[in-house]
Amino acid sequence: MQTNIAISKNEAKSTTSSPKMGIKNLSVFYGKFRALAEINITVQSNKITAIIGPSGCGKSTLLRSFNRMNDLTASARMEGEIILDGENINTPGVDVVDVRRRVGMVFQRPNPFPKSIYDNVAFGPRLYGIRSKNDLNEIVEKSLRQSALWDEVKDKLHQSGLSLSGGQQQRLCIARALAVEPEVILMDEPASALDPISTLRIEELMHDLVKDYTIIIVTHNMQQAARVSDFTAMMMIDDQRAGRMIEFNETQIIFTNPKDKRTEDYVTGRFG
Amino acid sequence: MTTTRFQELIAKNEAAHSRRRRITNAVMLTVTGLLTLLALIPLFWIIGYVIYRGGSTINLDFFTQLARPLGMAGGGVLFSIEGTAVLTVLACLFAIPPGVLAAFYVARNPNTPLGVALRFGTDVLAGVPSIVMGLFIYALVVVPAKHYSAWAGGLALAILMLPIIVRTTEEMLKLVPHTMREASLGLGAPEWKTSLSVMFPAALNGIITGFLLAIARSVGETAPLLFTALGNEQYDLGTIIGGGIKYHQSLSAIIGRIVNQPVDSLPLTLWKYSQQPYPERIDESWGVALVLMIFVLLIEILARLYVESRKRALQG
Repeated sequence: MQTNIAISKNEAKSTTSSPKMGIKNLSVFYGKFRALAEINITVQSNKITAIIGPSGCGKSTLLRSFNRMNDLTASARMEGEIILDGENINTPGVDVVDVRRRVGMVFQRPNPFPKSIYDNVAFGPRLYGIRSKNDLNEIVEKSLRQSALWDEVKDKLHQSGLSLSGGQQQRLCIARALAVEPEVILMDEPASALDPISTLRIEELMHDLVKDYTIIIVTHNMQQAARVSDFTAMMMIDDQRAGRMIEFNETQIIFTNPKDKRTEDYVTGRFG
Repeated sequence: MTTTRFQELIAKNEAAHSRRRRITNAVMLTVTGLLTLLALIPLFWIIGYVIYRGGSTINLDFFTQLARPLGMAGGGVLFSIEGTAVLTVLACLFAIPPGVLAAFYVARNPNTPLGVALRFGTDVLAGVPSIVMGLFIYALVVVPAKHYSAWAGGLALAILMLPIIVRTTEEMLKLVPHTMREASLGLGAPEWKTSLSVMFPAALNGIITGFLLAIARSVGETAPLLFTALGNEQYDLGTIIGGGIKYHQSLSAIIGRIVNQPVDSLPLTLWKYSQQPYPERIDESWGVALVLMIFVLLIEILARLYVESRKRALQG
């Protein structure tokens, strides 16, 4: 039993994880410009995978590929495979709405809808035809509990979501994403607009959520990547200004023993 | 402590410098203040004079009675107030739905051929003299129908309101953070649902302000109505609706009688009365001017109250 305690959290969980999402040879173009080149990555289930790298290296573009959000940019074009549970979702026949339900997203700045707290969380379920008051109540409470916001808002569910503080708004946005029971949650610098205490709460929340979900996070904050993630992908632009993944490994290795000199320079703060 | 050459120069010039600066400041402040007053003079002069001339004509009858023949005491401009209300409601019905939908299209697709055409078209439309709108509807609606009508007037005013509504709504939609839209689409919401239940409420305050700007503009228009609504001093909603109910007419028949006949409007009445050589009509036209001013002011105040209360509701 003594030895079990010494085993790190990451290894203990690895028994239950398996490849959840993958990207094979992905290139993303904006018009003629290639923003991402030949990306390959495998994301393990029930793990937090961080994407780091300097500004403009395509981290957000990569993140937005996972739920085909790049489709919303008129000039964007994606080549390559995006795999969810073994199935390529980057084909014309795939239902994007279904992909986006299974792969939810949390944005950099808290962006609650101009509706009540309750209606923010119920927005997704209602889209899928859930109308019963009891069912909705249940989903709203469960989602708000999962995002650790329930105790703070349970008495004012019908107040505007915009009346909350920044950190609370971000947890509301997480609850909104959780309400449609996604399998993967994409987070685009979810704490960069928040104060340190709110940031800590979001990070704790990620630790709780990863038991049930797979999380992919983009972050500018190296310490955050080191603190929260199990795997880290390091990105950088090449001389054609296309974003490439230069290293992908367990977070511990990326931060202590990176294979690529550029990764080492970046994580040690020598540039970037 | 040694002083540098620069500090010496400053010390030498300081007295003269600061005096000159203070004088310049005082002069400029006086000039800008005076010019501000000058700019405000017409505003208060107009308001004051309209209240002075119109105030003595206005009484309860003025709001509740139809026009009486010259020489008879009393009488009012109820027909004109009702006409304005009917015209405004019609103009809103004709202008707001297409205006808002067009704005959604332009905001989402600014660079498609249709988007470019719409923006160019609304800009041109905004510059077309309002009397031309009246002439256009006259040729398009009044001539084929062989009579003037409230709904022709409403259409003319709607064309006038359209560019204001499209442009303000578009600007307001552009101010909504694009991640708000993405969050909704990211949950799997279709585009129309996102527009309707996320983008529209998020931009609603600004959109409503745009509506009211457009309404305030159209309420004061005379020219487009000359060829379309014409004027009708016997127009009386009370009689139309009361009579309709008494004789068990259908709702559509009653609405038909409301919109299918010529109506007056406050600026139209003001213009007609002021052209007549009778002092009592001239006095009444000042009264109408006052009523019109109060109406526009009320719209403005209601709009502000609404926007404030919504803001408070949203921010908790």
